[in-house]
Amino acid sequence: MLAIDDKDLGTPERKSDKLISLEVDGRTVEVPEGTSVMRAAALADIWIPKLCASDLLEAFGSCRLCLVEIEGRNGLPASCTTLAEPGMRVRTQSQRLTKLRRNVMELYMSDHPLDPFECKAGGKCELHKMAQAVGLDHVRYSSSGRNHLTLPVDNSNPYFTFDPTRCILCSRCIRACDERQGTYALTIDGRGFNSVISPGQHQHYSESECVSCGACVQLCPTDALMEKSVLETGPAERAVITTCGYCGVGCSFKAELRGDQVVRMVPNKNGLPNFGHSCVKGRFAWGYATHPDRVRTPMIRKRISDPWQEVSWEEALRYAASELKRVQAKYGRGSIGGITSSRCTNEEAYLVQKLVRAGFGNNNVDTCARVCHSPTGYGLKAALGTPAGTQDFDSVRASDVIMVIGANPTEGHPVFASIMKRRLREGAHLIVVDPRRIELVRMPHVEADYFLQLKPGTNVALLNAMSHVVVTEGLAKEDFIRERCDVREYEMWREFIVQKRNSPESVEQTTGVPAESIRGAARLYAKGPNSAIYYGLGVTEHSQGTTAVLAMVNLAMVTGNLGRAGVGINPLRGQNNVQGSNDVGSFPHEYTGYRHVSDPQVRAAFEREWGVKLDPEPGLRIPNMFDAALDGSFKGLYVEGEDIAQSDPNSQHVAEALAAMEIVIVHDIFLNETSKYAHVFLPGSSFLEKDGTFTNAERRISRVRKVLPPLAGMEDWEVTCALARAFGYPMNYSHPSEIMDELARLTPIFAGVSYGKLERLGSVQWPCNDDAPDGTAVMHVGQFVRGKGRFMLTEYIPTEERTSPRYPLILTTGRVLTQYNVGTQTRRTKNVTWYAEDRLEIHPHDAEQRGIRDNDWVEVSSRAGSIVLRAEITDRMQPGVVYTTFHYPETGANVVTTENSDWATNCPEYKVTAVQVLPTTRRPERRVPEPAHHAEMSHQ
Amino acid sequence: MDIHRLVKMANDIGSFYEALPDRSEAISSIATHLKNFWEPRMRREIIEHARQGAEATPRLKELVREAILTLE
Repeated sequence: MLAIDDKDLGTPERKSDKLISLEVDGRTVEVPEGTSVMRAAALADIWIPKLCASDLLEAFGSCRLCLVEIEGRNGLPASCTTLAEPGMRVRTQSQRLTKLRRNVMELYMSDHPLDPFECKAGGKCELHKMAQAVGLDHVRYSSSGRNHLTLPVDNSNPYFTFDPTRCILCSRCIRACDERQGTYALTIDGRGFNSVISPGQHQHYSESECVSCGACVQLCPTDALMEKSVLETGPAERAVITTCGYCGVGCSFKAELRGDQVVRMVPNKNGLPNFGHSCVKGRFAWGYATHPDRVRTPMIRKRISDPWQEVSWEEALRYAASELKRVQAKYGRGSIGGITSSRCTNEEAYLVQKLVRAGFGNNNVDTCARVCHSPTGYGLKAALGTPAGTQDFDSVRASDVIMVIGANPTEGHPVFASIMKRRLREGAHLIVVDPRRIELVRMPHVEADYFLQLKPGTNVALLNAMSHVVVTEGLAKEDFIRERCDVREYEMWREFIVQKRNSPESVEQTTGVPAESIRGAARLYAKGPNSAIYYGLGVTEHSQGTTAVLAMVNLAMVTGNLGRAGVGINPLRGQNNVQGSNDVGSFPHEYTGYRHVSDPQVRAAFEREWGVKLDPEPGLRIPNMFDAALDGSFKGLYVEGEDIAQSDPNSQHVAEALAAMEIVIVHDIFLNETSKYAHVFLPGSSFLEKDGTFTNAERRISRVRKVLPPLAGMEDWEVTCALARAFGYPMNYSHPSEIMDELARLTPIFAGVSYGKLERLGSVQWPCNDDAPDGTAVMHVGQFVRGKGRFMLTEYIPTEERTSPRYPLILTTGRVLTQYNVGTQTRRTKNVTWYAEDRLEIHPHDAEQRGIRDNDWVEVSSRAGSIVLRAEITDRMQPGVVYTTFHYPETGANVVTTENSDWATNCPEYKVTAVQVLPTTRRPERRVPEPAHHAEMSHQ
Repeated sequence: MDIHRLVKMANDIGSFYEALPDRSEAISSIATHLKNFWEPRMRREIIEHARQGAEATPRLKELVREAILTLE
């Protein structure tokens, strides 16, 4: 069922400069060429009955309910498949049409309960609405004849049911799976009266290829496919538009409520960037918000070995502030700091960095982007002038060649992947660069032209080799370079890149990729004409992460693939607000809008607004904070919404650093690994419990709206304000919109952003200011933000992490569709049905050599530590490389990762760890070291 | 702070910039990076280490040591 307040115009929008004028029931309507009669009528507020049609799907013409009369034409054409023509005169109502529709509807209802009270959707499904619309009040056919009323219900999916007795075989579910999701999991099995919708090959949903995106459930016009939450709670009464709290795609959703209870999350069909599509996490995995593990009361303790004591907000904040002040008085101004989170809103991150800079009086603020996309920020800013993706997601629909490097969109960014797959099905070419054979390499109706299965840690060598091919084979876009780029730097880079050591033949052994494949991929990319790069943490989380980002920019600039739709360099951000938390000043060296703290003019503006003198020196980054803690010069930390003890590399080192601090304040929705080292726990609010904004990977700022009261009584922005006041720095706002107003006053790229504008436009992409009042979809049109594009020398320098006889394999990491990062949220949902533990993927050859069988327990040992998990033998891996996820703390994947990091940003090198893998009798244990005494809860 | 880590970080920065053909440009780029991104206590410690001479261990790359000494 669509969202309760959705209007469906029947067929998709068509874009054309040519307008067609026609008449529907005497009303003149003008529509773009290619528009259906059904949609034209709907645009004139004339609603033709329909069942198989939806504006989210291409017209199908099967239900025969939308028949109309067209003057001068024989018969009764289906309005969904008939295109509007100039001068056409359409009648949607007549006695003949009424009778026909009623007869058609009667046949549908002869095998379906007519009584709305029997409708699982409370009579709100389209089938019952249409029965009403055509005036059907009884069915003449006996219910004792052949019917489908005894077919078994499929309850196998944890989130929705499929009741074939309620199915009318309109194929909307199948088309949703094919056209919108691109999974092709559904079909019609059988013939004639025996036809039934079948997941896979007559399997249950849970056994099929279904990825639980929910598109079929959303588009089912009956109560055959229903969310279990609706069946349990009852149909929704109202809907609130908000933004998903998971990945960096940042999908727009309608939270549907009954009373004050969330009934379901439905993708907003008019919302960007997802155009009404969703994935299993955003659509279904929101139950963590009310999970019993949520902490509802602030807690404090003097030592981390003490039990927690529940206290009032006032006491917790007073204790936290007094400890921060005590530590600062004892150890100095720079001895405390804060960490913002990409799971929190822009407004919340802004306040934390403001508290650190203006309240604590230093710049010791950092964010979890440090451990994921900080090289993106550094590289794109250095070369192009702005640290953000160059395109909007929709740009991919204009791409001719798509290169995916170090990203796994179908698992990590599934809604964007569905848009990308649509473009690939239309004929765009695909290059995949990854050590692991990701799903995109070959799947239904998608196959990569080139799959460059490189060795982990060799991105720079491969990207340089592609540029080498472009330059040496005369494929460089010299006109673009001369006009748009710094020519002196280009000439210097050109001299570097043509050297033999950068040729595909020279790097073949290093990368493990045949030279001819690199040459072929480079030629394909260079010839485009519109070639786009999409990348993820497989690029950034390396000792040469920043170099790889710069190498991609070089490749895009030398082929002229920047500054228009269909091209560009596009980071796929892991968390919903990675971009936003960076934008609003979370890095220790930059104020909002990426302006360095040493810039006296910028600093003066902040000093005026905030009423204090500010520190002109950069602060500590997260790994520097840990080092300084062990050194004894950093003693206090306020962590909002990040589990650094689980997510940061070399857990032992992090644990020791946290244990060395005298005041650790964790502000989160659940107790986590970091809170084991905390002295104050401030209960946070989930994305459903607060107002604010998120900024997704395409720079789109979208509203987050409060649909539930915060469980612990305070929204996160209110908590930070209260902590600031307790610390002695006044921070008073009555609504997050005021925080955004302040941010806009201080930040040129946000100057035109306001909650009023977001209400009006739905969302807006920065830069949004006087030059671009409605925002900017594509960056660097005509000119790069920094002026001339900057080619930079990207020498390949191998990581210091090397295999050896003792550690002969390389471990790399990633994530799966159904789990999210360290699993704090998704582990507390039914998504564990699909992925209940981290697994180690290993190639059959490596497994055979070690006597490892599928599902065996294995010990993975590195120079930093060892972990235990089950093996999954698969040829997705190349020999010599193993892979795991980091969703479960029991696995402790970061126990084995090293402290190597990117040269420019200290982003950890999660993607390359030398390991040995051997069968073991050990079993997983809590790997993040516990404090001296196990902490228990006490209630006072 | 752990001088081994600071030296490794500084040398990693040097490895990127030593590709520049103009040595003085490489030195100024390394120095600018350290000034822009390293917190003062980290800079103080690495400067102190650089002052101890080219042979001080852990060893700084010479290019990096020269860059650090320009920060004084």
